Amino acid sequence: MCALCGVLGGKDHWTEPLGRESVYVRAHDPAARRRERARRISEANAILRLFGLSLEDWQADSYILRNSTGKSEVVGDLAALWPLAERLLGRSLDPLDEGTLERRERLND
Amino acid sequence: MIDAPRSIPDFTPVNLVTGFLGSGKTTLLKRMLRSPALADTAVLINEFGEVGLDHELIERIDDNMVLLQSGCLCCTIRGELADAIRKLDERRASGAIPPYRRIVIESTGLADPLPILTTITADPVLRHHYRLGLVITTVDAVNGMSQLDRQPESRKQAAVADRLVVTKTDLASNDVVLALVARLRRINPAAPLLRAAEQRLDPEELIGRDLFDLATKTQEVRRWFDEEAAQSAFSPHRHEHGHPHDHDRQSAHDPNRHDDDIRAFSFIFDDAIDWTAFGLWLSMLLHRHGDSILRVKGLLNIEGEAAPVAVHGVQQLVHAPVHLEAWPSADRRTRIVFICKGLDEAAIRRSLAAFVFEGRHARA
Repeated sequence: MCALCGVLGGKDHWTEPLGRESVYVRAHDPAARRRERARRISEANAILRLFGLSLEDWQADSYILRNSTGKSEVVGDLAALWPLAERLLGRSLDPLDEGTLERRERLND
Repeated sequence: MIDAPRSIPDFTPVNLVTGFLGSGKTTLLKRMLRSPALADTAVLINEFGEVGLDHELIERIDDNMVLLQSGCLCCTIRGELADAIRKLDERRASGAIPPYRRIVIESTGLADPLPILTTITADPVLRHHYRLGLVITTVDAVNGMSQLDRQPESRKQAAVADRLVVTKTDLASNDVVLALVARLRRINPAAPLLRAAEQRLDPEELIGRDLFDLATKTQEVRRWFDEEAAQSAFSPHRHEHGHPHDHDRQSAHDPNRHDDDIRAFSFIFDDAIDWTAFGLWLSMLLHRHGDSILRVKGLLNIEGEAAPVAVHGVQQLVHAPVHLEAWPSADRRTRIVFICKGLDEAAIRRSLAAFVFEGRHARA
């Protein structure tokens, strides 16, 4: 198991950690969790569309990631999103890449 | 205060003592364990080369000890480390050993700390009962500078530390010690630095407090940025249209030329941060560049939250974010410190701005 999968695997992604005292939990109740899930998909799509990819919910349990030709991958949780996005793209997905930053900044304008 | 003894915490912290060969890890461990406050500590060491001698020394200190049989506490024995902790856990649960409240692992000199840390968070059983504590890195005042020059592992151990302990300061000249301290500060400005030979080592200072200690977590986070701010006092300081302030400790005038591959820099943001956008951005950044991001520590002003959230990570490993009960000072701005190897500060700042702070139009 690679370090990343180990750290971010399961439902224990650091953005939605185990319920333990003092740890920050964004969504406390089912309704808030649904809202946060929808927000996360929206935010993820704002990034993924830079690469011609899209993410949608699948039964509030997993996600479906698609590329522009309709090829898809089931994404178990956020931990698996970036590796699977790179697999669909066939190249790396780099938030520091000059071209990626330029495309994002154009969308921000 | 360190917790009252003899009750088992929900999540037992696992601390790591690392440092180069001969840098005084075992001596430090002996001093720490001599303290009654740390009596309820289980120790894991591995036997390899000189560590066999270390074992002889340490065996007299604490009975709660498991010897790892593999030669190196590195990626090859992660399974064995997990097994050792599980065995300790079983013995604690059955009452065969006293209910220890923390574990300390002493690593071999060349060990990369990350595989050891990920063992705790990757193991399906351990992750529900144990959590990462602190990384304590020893650096020998006599040989530390040359080790930092020659050994990339040594620089990495200094960069990922939560506590830096300079040992043998009584054996080196003051100039040598000061130069080493200055260099360590450039590599890792956010970790408290202690001088083992000259200071009474407070066990609480070393491993008694961390971010998950409810009583002291705000204090711990304040220290991240107090230490970092002290290092920034003589550094360039820019303010860009209400967004990032930069503290760069490796300016063109920096006399240090040895650690060009490791740089520490921090960003300060006036605006509150969108947690969802930040989480996606940081997870994407760490997925692609985690090998080069030795440390990230952040005190975040989260949109919609009255109190700040602290995040910290070591390479791809991000600790569970902690909700502080109050701001540690009147300063309510988001502050993030990165310690990176070979990554461009300007690109990270630009990416953070584009994906987190200025991305509202992109999300629409």
